[in-house]
Amino acid sequence: MAIIEAKGLTYTYPIGARPAFEDVTIKIEKGEFILLTGPSGCGKTTLCRCFNGLIPHFYGGRLEGGITVAGLKVADNPIYELAQHVGMVFQNPENQLFALSVEKDIAFGLENLGVPREEIREKVDWALKTTGIDDLRDRPPYELSGGQQQRVAIASVLAMQPEIIVFDEPTSFLDPLGAKQIFAVIHNLNRDLGITVILVEHRLDLTAKYANRVVIMEKGRVVLDDEPQKALSSEEARLIGVGIPKATRLYEYLRANGISLSKIPLGSEEAYQAIREVLAA
Amino acid sequence: MSMFDGFKFRSVSSPVHRMDPRAKFFYVCVLFAVAVMFNQMVPLLVLFIIQIPFVLVARVQKEWLRSMKGSALFAIMIFAMNLLSLYFYGGYASLASILERSLAMTARFVVLIESFSIFFLTTSPDLLGLALEQSHVPYELCFAFTTAVRFVPVLAEEAQTIMDAQKARGLELEGGNFARRIRNYIPILIPLIVNAIRRSLELAETMESRAWGANKKRTNLYVLKASQKDFLLILLSISLLAGSIYISAFVKVPSLTEVLLV
Amino acid sequence: MIEVEDVYFTYPNGVEALKGVSLEIQDSEFVAIMGQNGAGKTTLVKHINGLLKPTKGRVSVDDTETTKMSVATLARKVGFVFQNPDHQLFSETVEEEISFGLRNFGFEEKVIKERVDWALNLLDLTEYRGVSPFMLSGGERKRVALASVLAWDPKVVILDEPTIGQDSQQKERLRQFITQLNRQEKTVIIVTHDIEFVAECRPRVVLMAQGKMLAEGEATKILTDPDLVSQASVVLPEIAQIFLKLADLGFPKEVIDVYEAGRLLLERFGEAT
Repeated sequence: MAIIEAKGLTYTYPIGARPAFEDVTIKIEKGEFILLTGPSGCGKTTLCRCFNGLIPHFYGGRLEGGITVAGLKVADNPIYELAQHVGMVFQNPENQLFALSVEKDIAFGLENLGVPREEIREKVDWALKTTGIDDLRDRPPYELSGGQQQRVAIASVLAMQPEIIVFDEPTSFLDPLGAKQIFAVIHNLNRDLGITVILVEHRLDLTAKYANRVVIMEKGRVVLDDEPQKALSSEEARLIGVGIPKATRLYEYLRANGISLSKIPLGSEEAYQAIREVLAA
Repeated sequence: MSMFDGFKFRSVSSPVHRMDPRAKFFYVCVLFAVAVMFNQMVPLLVLFIIQIPFVLVARVQKEWLRSMKGSALFAIMIFAMNLLSLYFYGGYASLASILERSLAMTARFVVLIESFSIFFLTTSPDLLGLALEQSHVPYELCFAFTTAVRFVPVLAEEAQTIMDAQKARGLELEGGNFARRIRNYIPILIPLIVNAIRRSLELAETMESRAWGANKKRTNLYVLKASQKDFLLILLSISLLAGSIYISAFVKVPSLTEVLLV
Repeated sequence: MIEVEDVYFTYPNGVEALKGVSLEIQDSEFVAIMGQNGAGKTTLVKHINGLLKPTKGRVSVDDTETTKMSVATLARKVGFVFQNPDHQLFSETVEEEISFGLRNFGFEEKVIKERVDWALNLLDLTEYRGVSPFMLSGGERKRVALASVLAWDPKVVILDEPTIGQDSQQKERLRQFITQLNRQEKTVIIVTHDIEFVAECRPRVVLMAQGKMLAEGEATKILTDPDLVSQASVVLPEIAQIFLKLADLGFPKEVIDVYEAGRLLLERFGEAT
């Protein structure tokens, strides 16, 4: 059974005139890495809030159709129940940290669940190590850089050991190097721990290579759902105007002029290899 | 450094910092009670002096002096007010006793500032929040407290950024009469408030996403354990209280003039 | 013209943000100040509109030192659009928001009305004239903030991280907009860490690291130098990464544009056949 299954999902905000997204049908299997993208206002941020129940429970509004996550019907389960299976990392690192030390922040979710102290200690230590921030353990949040704060946010979610983690534009406020580090952490969580990842992003050049599926939304609808190479080299993607990686655009340009590379590259390394092959021949 | 730095937690590794906030708070309350018990300068001076070792052990002299300096203005006001009211309405015998009485009121105020300053300088908001929790204050309040403390530096920085942004649009914050000054702060206050609301919305989303409200019985990563030192402090405080009650009831405390003339 | 002469700046909390930066920006230039977060980019540009005054050294705008002018006076010439529009928006309507700066600078009511109309039109906001800025989307709010600064027609426009949170279409519109501003002879300075955006616009690049200016010059030269890029802790543009690896085959290294890259490759493939 798919770990996330949505059928005909439509949602309208309480003060919305039109639905934020309509008729979304999507199936996500355990261990997948989904890249969710689309122009501003396409509904991707709203959609990802359905995965852990913020919609409809926190935001209200009208949710039609059905969505099941980790076997639980989202509409019928409270957020604190869903949060144990679906973690969520938001855009602004600053507003995800409440405590006065990193350790305490990571423990927050487990404390809420009433987990015994020794277990909290173990899981906090594990989360710190897995995200590579063991040395930041006692630091207060305002002393940390944006990238460090975001890693603390990820660790705080990881500590609850959810099967799925949703990332909503987690690197918006970070510079390219900081962003790369975060994406590497996310990739490791997916590859080494088998966590199902849903990443909402504009920066496709840094992320497409990690995903096994790209879902593109436009004006509230899912218009493309395919493997990255096919999705990002498609005509639709170009017309919608998502940030197609330059490597893929180079491939397109060459193809339009009669040169076919052996595979569709998503990043500079792949492009380089493919070009080298052709030159050698 | 401003006067408020005399009340902001300063992270130092000292025995006073490590003490249980509940013990320290009890001590501060006892000091308050004892200060109120006496009208004479001598005991109040004693109270002032016995706290100084705490300041030195905690290595917060600089900041503590700040709070003392900051309260000087209020102290002078209190002294003057007492002096004048006692002179005209007190019906007291001598100028000396009026002076002493006013000095004593001032000293009382200073002793209180001193003890609160030491308390806040040496108690991390983290531990304070924890102390509140373990004293069975509802968790929502403790959480509100620590979160507020955590965001103070963030909000201060944001206020500065907003001021910069509006100054860069030609807003003049200085000059003009009182009414104009107030109006000039509207472009600062509104973004500040709106952003604070937005921020709390995002915080709420994060809290929900971390299973807020999942279990009525929250557990805690840390626990406050009162140590020997803490019990010692509580014992000392109780003795101080008991001793003071005895003295104020049965012993004639000399006035300052009597001490000086001897 | 903007002159930055050997400027040092230390924040009140003791952080030394600028350690001897010298720079000259001519009228109508398009300059991108780049570097990692914390390199001193924003600190530097805040000296240009006088929000910060140098601890040591001098900053002059059109031959007058910034220390001799108030921020409000400088702001008339140097418009600064902050990264987060929500740090500026406070009015009941978009129209009022845009007139705020104009009022502060003492424009006449009649002129204010004209300029507001002009700014609304320029940034496609006419339909939102009477709407509360808080009701608009993130991208729209960014446009309102920009309109409110352009309304008083400053000679210099500084944009602090204008591409954060923008999708590619919005970035493309921004790129075209900057070109338009340049054509109107405005000096445009952007502070950014968005390498690909800079690779598309190709402005003059000033690369900063740890409070110092590492290098400055053409985007194509600076952004394709792997040593500079690693010193500044930024990344090479995608296309440059590819061509760096192909350098041993005789390809030029200073390529950052997709189409130029494609043409060069086609040439080579053509030769081979």
